[in-house]
Amino acid sequence: MTNTTHMNHGSKNAGDGAGDEYLAFTLGREEYGIDILRVQEIRGYEPVTRIANAPDFIKGVVNLRGTIIPVVDMRIKFRLGQPTYDEFTVVIVLNIAGRVVGMVVDSVSDVMTLSPDQVRPAPEVGTVFDTEFLIGLGALGERMLILVDIDRLMSSSDMGLIEKFAA
Amino acid sequence: MTIDMSQFYQVFFDEADELLAEMEKLLLALDVSAPDNEDLNAIFRAAHSIKGGAATFAFTDITEVTHMLESLLDRIRKGEMALTTEHVDTFLAAKDVLNMQMEGHHHGASVDQDAVGSVCARLKQLSQGIVADAPAAPASPAPAAPAVSAAPVADADGQFHFRIELPEVPQRDVDALATELGLLGSITQEILADKRVAFTLITGEGQDDIVAICSFVLDPDDLKITCGSAPAPAAAEPGYGIFETEKAEAAPVAAAVAPAQPAAAAAAPAAETKNMGRRATDKEVGQESSSIRVGVEKVDQLINLVGELVITQAMIDQRIAALDPIHHERLLNSASQLSRNTRDLQEAVMSIRMMPMDYVFSRFPRMVRDLAGKLGKQVEFVTRGAATELDKGLIERIVDPLTHLVRNSVDHGIEMPEQRRASGKKEAGKLILSAAHQGGNIVIEVTDDGGGLNRERILDKAKQQGLPVTDSMPDAEVWQLIFAPGFSTAAVVTDVSGRGVGMDVVKRNITAMGGTVDIRSMTGVGTTISISLPLTLAILDGMSVKVGEEVYILPLGYVIESLQPAAVDVKEIAADGQVVKVREEYLPLIPLHQIFAIEPLYTDPAKGIIVILESEGKKAALLVDSLVGQQQVVVKNLESNFRKVAGISGATILGDGGVSLILDVAALLRSSRQLSNDPIFS
Repeated sequence: MTNTTHMNHGSKNAGDGAGDEYLAFTLGREEYGIDILRVQEIRGYEPVTRIANAPDFIKGVVNLRGTIIPVVDMRIKFRLGQPTYDEFTVVIVLNIAGRVVGMVVDSVSDVMTLSPDQVRPAPEVGTVFDTEFLIGLGALGERMLILVDIDRLMSSSDMGLIEKFAA
Repeated sequence: MTIDMSQFYQVFFDEADELLAEMEKLLLALDVSAPDNEDLNAIFRAAHSIKGGAATFAFTDITEVTHMLESLLDRIRKGEMALTTEHVDTFLAAKDVLNMQMEGHHHGASVDQDAVGSVCARLKQLSQGIVADAPAAPASPAPAAPAVSAAPVADADGQFHFRIELPEVPQRDVDALATELGLLGSITQEILADKRVAFTLITGEGQDDIVAICSFVLDPDDLKITCGSAPAPAAAEPGYGIFETEKAEAAPVAAAVAPAQPAAAAAAPAAETKNMGRRATDKEVGQESSSIRVGVEKVDQLINLVGELVITQAMIDQRIAALDPIHHERLLNSASQLSRNTRDLQEAVMSIRMMPMDYVFSRFPRMVRDLAGKLGKQVEFVTRGAATELDKGLIERIVDPLTHLVRNSVDHGIEMPEQRRASGKKEAGKLILSAAHQGGNIVIEVTDDGGGLNRERILDKAKQQGLPVTDSMPDAEVWQLIFAPGFSTAAVVTDVSGRGVGMDVVKRNITAMGGTVDIRSMTGVGTTISISLPLTLAILDGMSVKVGEEVYILPLGYVIESLQPAAVDVKEIAADGQVVKVREEYLPLIPLHQIFAIEPLYTDPAKGIIVILESEGKKAALLVDSLVGQQQVVVKNLESNFRKVAGISGATILGDGGVSLILDVAALLRSSRQLSNDPIFS
């Protein structure tokens, strides 16, 4: 319980000792983890409807059972080579503060439980994510997960998903 | 023009039932020693909403009771009076009375007027700060009854003769009182030597009722009521005299409370009346079950599921199209039947939610007329865009705010005829209620050509209430002040408006729907209150157009025509602007592919198609590759999960499950006026 970054994250189920569950996915050569409670479902990639004049990483919008949701491609956002779209392309559908958004990643591996002492503070450098969006690094045996504060990332202004209200 | 108001009664009754139940729940949960202000406000709002609805349908009795209830609640919530259990008991009694009156209007059940009168009297006493020791029995002679010179004496018919002397009040109040009192019995008016007015009322109702009615307009203490010249042989004991009335509505409970002797005679007819009432009720209940109230979420879910079904159906159709029709004849037949059923189902489900605005608008002509008559004003009432379809959920929720706004406009907005004439306007004020789709929203506006809002008065009032204001605030911000809770600039609190609860509720309701309220006002010219609601779910007649690989929907309302222009009709203006000549008119050309940065099939207008659009009186030609077709689409909000996109008003789901964006034609045309390929949005 020394990790203050994690404490700030304030996950609702941060029960003592029980640990949090993270969905692990890969982007390029790195493995990432996000709070499983933010994940609504995982789907295959479907053709999107392009949004004019939107940043290139916003692929467009798709119909998710009657709801129209935006799809962002993290591989483009973080410039991880030329993205390909095939039957193996995965979209993680996230539900963040009542808003639903699809996130394209390279692949989804598994769900991991990390106890608070397995979470180390995030290093200042080394990933495509700004440290501001990181919870920390999760160590599990040989594997190392970069834990992303997906709430903050998706609501941040550089994702451009949510309109900024003038103050 | 006559409108059958009864079609709306059901909605009112349903709503009122809910509000009453809510009120009861809140009252029961109320901690008398430390009442939560929010709860008091909620109770107050419930009473206010019922009053508003009842007034719309001219259920005067309900309006009266709620008005008194409201007055008392208002004093309590403002802290002028401490809440006691006495209050809560009376409020609950009032709730029961309202329920009874509601039943009376709804199923024709009998209404116990004595109970009504007694509750009214209790409310009245309480708001005057009198706390009676004994619980109020029906028709207990009201201790607060002002200036009683003699106990009520009924004549042989069980009728009382009251003489009511009014203090000096405006003629308009006198007329209003005469009408209200006239409902109780027959009334005659005379003018006294000092120009005051006196009524002579022959009625079966008690004095309490008269006081209750008069208290809307004037202070009952100024009232001089004397009873009855005619001696009453039938009534031995004056205090119980009114129980002898054989009027049906008074009978049932009166019989139960009255002393045994006189009651015996009345009991039989009373029982009979009651039975008749019950029979009528049973019949009504049978009819009622032909409609049910269902949660909006359930309907939404249904719509989404059907949408999915349609898409699945389209997939099946695609698959079986590849099959050999001879070998699979039966399968193909079944599939086509399934596809037809699916379509019907979709249509039926969609129709559940959509209703024309007319459903709301048609409530108002009567209300405006009555209101104008009551206030002595002349109002010309106009509605526009009544056919605009709106989601039922929104329609139901827009009624209350609109009622408030319309009432406010008539009461405060439009001036008295003399004043209008003096300021050079027509004597009849104009009140316009309009609805239209605008961009991605539905805009409902209440416009009056009255005096406009008074900036100074609003600022003064705001300062009095300690709101943070400065004299240099822009108008728009000043107007927003009237939405503050408890804010009213009206000099007097009337039955109609002026409590300042209206605007507070309006704002709250509309914000809850995800909409906004704007006020535009100019002193002496009028006020427009504009409600803008997002299109969470509205049907749009759309024309789908294709540019490159993209399909966009154009709202058909903006489309005038589409054509392929001759090359000679397209002219260059300046460096990048183009105009096209259509029927001797030069229209700016908007190349959609440029605005949305799409690789089009054609850049030459003579090869593509131009669609002539019109919005806000301006025309422009939109260049697209081809027309795809015309269809009704369900508008989905893009902003619920994404943000606003320039040039796009919403999105819709196509038959194949794909998403198509709906163009914001008004914004496109605005950008086109700059005649450049550098549109204002990017």
